[in-house]
Amino acid sequence: MSIKVQNISKSYKTAKAVKNVSFEVNRGELFGLIGPDGAGKTTLFRILTTLLIANEGRASVMGFDVVKDYKAIRNSVGYMPGKFSLYQDLTVEENLTFFATIFGTTIQENYDLIKDIYIQIAPFKNRRAGALSGGMKQKLALCCALIHAPKVLFLDEPTTGVDPISRKEFWEMLKRLQQKDITILVSTPYMDEASLCDRIALIQDGQVLKIDSPENIIKNYNKIIYDVATKDTHALIHDLKNYPSQYSVNAFGEYIHYIDKESDFNTKELQKYLQNKKHINIEIKQAQITIEDVFMDL
Amino acid sequence: MEKEKIIAVKNLTKKFGDFAAVDDISFDVYKGEIFGFLGANGAGKTTAMKMLIGISSPTTGDATVAGFDLHSQSEMVKKNIGYMSQKFSMYDDLTVKENIIFFGGIYGLSRAKIKTKIASLVKELQIEDIINSLVGSLPLGWKQKLSFSVALLHDPQIVFLDEPTGGVDPITRRQFWEMIYTQAFKGTTIFVTTHYMDEAEYCDRVSIMVAGKIEALDTPKKLKEQFKVDSMNDVFLKLARNIE
Amino acid sequence: MKRFIGFIKKEFYHIFRDKRSLFILFGMPIAQILLFGFAITNEINNVDIAILDHSNDVETQKIINKIKSSPYFNVENQIQSEREIESEFKKGKVKAVLIFEPDFSKNLVTKKVAVIQAVTDATEPNVANTIANYTAAVIQNYQLQKKQATISQVKVDVQSRMFYNPELKSVFNFVPGVMTVILMLVSAMMTSISITREKELGTMEILLVSPLKPFQVIVGKVFPYIFLSIINAIVILLLGYFVFKMPINGSLFLLMFESILFIISALSLGILISTISDSQQTAMMLSLMGLMLPVIILSGFIFPINSMPMPMQIISNIIPAKWFIIIVKAIMLKGVGIQYIWKETLVLIGMTVFFIALSIKKYKIRLE
Repeated sequence: MSIKVQNISKSYKTAKAVKNVSFEVNRGELFGLIGPDGAGKTTLFRILTTLLIANEGRASVMGFDVVKDYKAIRNSVGYMPGKFSLYQDLTVEENLTFFATIFGTTIQENYDLIKDIYIQIAPFKNRRAGALSGGMKQKLALCCALIHAPKVLFLDEPTTGVDPISRKEFWEMLKRLQQKDITILVSTPYMDEASLCDRIALIQDGQVLKIDSPENIIKNYNKIIYDVATKDTHALIHDLKNYPSQYSVNAFGEYIHYIDKESDFNTKELQKYLQNKKHINIEIKQAQITIEDVFMDL
Repeated sequence: MEKEKIIAVKNLTKKFGDFAAVDDISFDVYKGEIFGFLGANGAGKTTAMKMLIGISSPTTGDATVAGFDLHSQSEMVKKNIGYMSQKFSMYDDLTVKENIIFFGGIYGLSRAKIKTKIASLVKELQIEDIINSLVGSLPLGWKQKLSFSVALLHDPQIVFLDEPTGGVDPITRRQFWEMIYTQAFKGTTIFVTTHYMDEAEYCDRVSIMVAGKIEALDTPKKLKEQFKVDSMNDVFLKLARNIE
Repeated sequence: MKRFIGFIKKEFYHIFRDKRSLFILFGMPIAQILLFGFAITNEINNVDIAILDHSNDVETQKIINKIKSSPYFNVENQIQSEREIESEFKKGKVKAVLIFEPDFSKNLVTKKVAVIQAVTDATEPNVANTIANYTAAVIQNYQLQKKQATISQVKVDVQSRMFYNPELKSVFNFVPGVMTVILMLVSAMMTSISITREKELGTMEILLVSPLKPFQVIVGKVFPYIFLSIINAIVILLLGYFVFKMPINGSLFLLMFESILFIISALSLGILISTISDSQQTAMMLSLMGLMLPVIILSGFIFPINSMPMPMQIISNIIPAKWFIIIVKAIMLKGVGIQYIWKETLVLIGMTVFFIALSIKKYKIRLE
């Protein structure tokens, strides 16, 4: 067991940020904390990286207690806080060298580990970190967190504010790191990234709503979701919301995800209803369930 | 029928030294449409948007926004647009009401007008309970919805939204888009940037910027056909990969 | 050790890449010294003075009348002997006493030089300086009017007598003062800002979650500023010495030792500030309001401590800068050794140890 969280709660002055959260991350696992801003993800990360002390509960990383053995944890984990914490006025190379020295290592020593990532930013190694694009900063921050070859990697919202291409590349990198026997705990507000994790915890308002593999979460979802599309999406949402047996109506890309309350729901009736509402190009079909669907229904 | 152009951009370029952040872009936005403005980090989106809202002046090229020339009438442009960014929305240490009064004030709305605006917002958004709460104490989703309303206080013809839904939970994100739809239905033009590719599908037309240039501009449907893929995400990936 | 050196290297990158901090570090000391040295003039009006006329002849009477009629001076008293001078000052009524030498008129004619001494209250050197200048101006004016008559080449020297500052140069008072202010500014404000900047950026989180001990982080952050502050102290002393001819009568070694002591106490104050502020702005405000103002107002730099109301005098004792200024003046002007200032030095050492202990105790190994 790499990370063990038992009944952790944490309150700030005004609000309770984390409420009785428990989960475990196995060695070599890529585990995702999925939830929107303010769900308590960062607080959990700070508790696990020994930066905060929980009000209640216990947690350990690689067998070390986060309160008692904080020094041991600080010596052996990699941490990438939100906002890509880098020195903006230092160049790419200087940042990396700095983090290598404070961990008592050198870039050369662990170059294998960061090679794939570093190659992409190497052309800019003399550029100040502040002048890099979001995707580049993210890669540099990951290099800095990896430079001492940690066994456990904590990545707090590494993809927030980063464009889809960089996000995709980033997840590919994480998959490769996982092959090197690194346990990764990653948080993200992007639901579509959930399916890239081995297991995920869906979290909102400081509470864990569900923990499982993304496949199981989708498999165990017991409602049928329909893709509905017509020419006028705006009116469609409105009309679907007024359909008597509607359970939920959510826009999903080009389709509307529609769930009905009744078990004997018939698409023909809905089709007729929409025709009466003067919709054209009506399309209704069963939809692929996504983590986002499940999340919204929790 | 010729659609009314509300934004007309012609050969707009912004250079920082030798580097063209925005490289000779031209496009039109029509009245009442939801225009998605996409691009990777560093592709020049923010620079282009800053020029269109009149806070950065173009190196070369012309543009009219809401019928006003960007070079000579940037003050008029500012008066006729609304702007909401993810970074700055409202003052955390003022209440919702105080924020609305403040922003109404800087756009020159009369007291009576602000009063009716507050009343109608309270009704529309059902915010009786939080109208006197500090903005800082509200969840992010509420802040974003409120700042969208604040950006619309002075009934602008166009509203520019810079990543309005970043980090917002999925349900609030959709509620936010419903607000956008409603506003577009009323005739306000929406100019929006986002990193969520599913949101790109909600736009009437989408432009994709790569390395300072607009590489694609069409309806989401046609873009998917053109690139022979199923989702906007794939369009985006394909486009950016090809260029690189 | 390698980690430590790496850390310090990084700090120097920060400092040398930030134009603002470079300006505060090197522009400010020079600007301040020059500002205080050259530009400060105190307009005076109706200053109460006393006159001691040893000569008591027609010429001196004319000059005294001239002084009486000028708007700058108000002749409060004419005294008869040197012994009365001290009591005049003690009464606190007069700011200066003008002394005409015996045979003033005779000397004026025969030696072509006559001397008027201006004895001023040494606690206010800049006022004294101005009084001396004005007296000289009044007498010169008198000379000019007389010119067409008989005497043409006459000079009147205005001398002033102040025990430790015989040349009546206010800059001698300002150099130690400015040095104190600058060292406080650089050491306390710059360190507190540079530590809180890491908090704001989020890099402090990474530093905490690293094998670096908090102690190493702090020493690494302040070390460059010790170094830079010493350079600053040297620059100020050089400027004082060469531009304003400020003497350094005592041991240079002792002076540097005391300066480093003061720098360390200021640095620990800076660390203390950084532990209680979350943003660079807060750190800046706290340093300015909490440190700079007391240093400027209560240290005796600008306002003499013994003319302050009693409560303020008592409060001034807890300001490290007060003790440092006393020490610096003693070394530079009186040229004394440690045997005369060991008490002040002990106070400073005590304060430094206290601040260091407090800031180590306050320093958080976690985020809250």
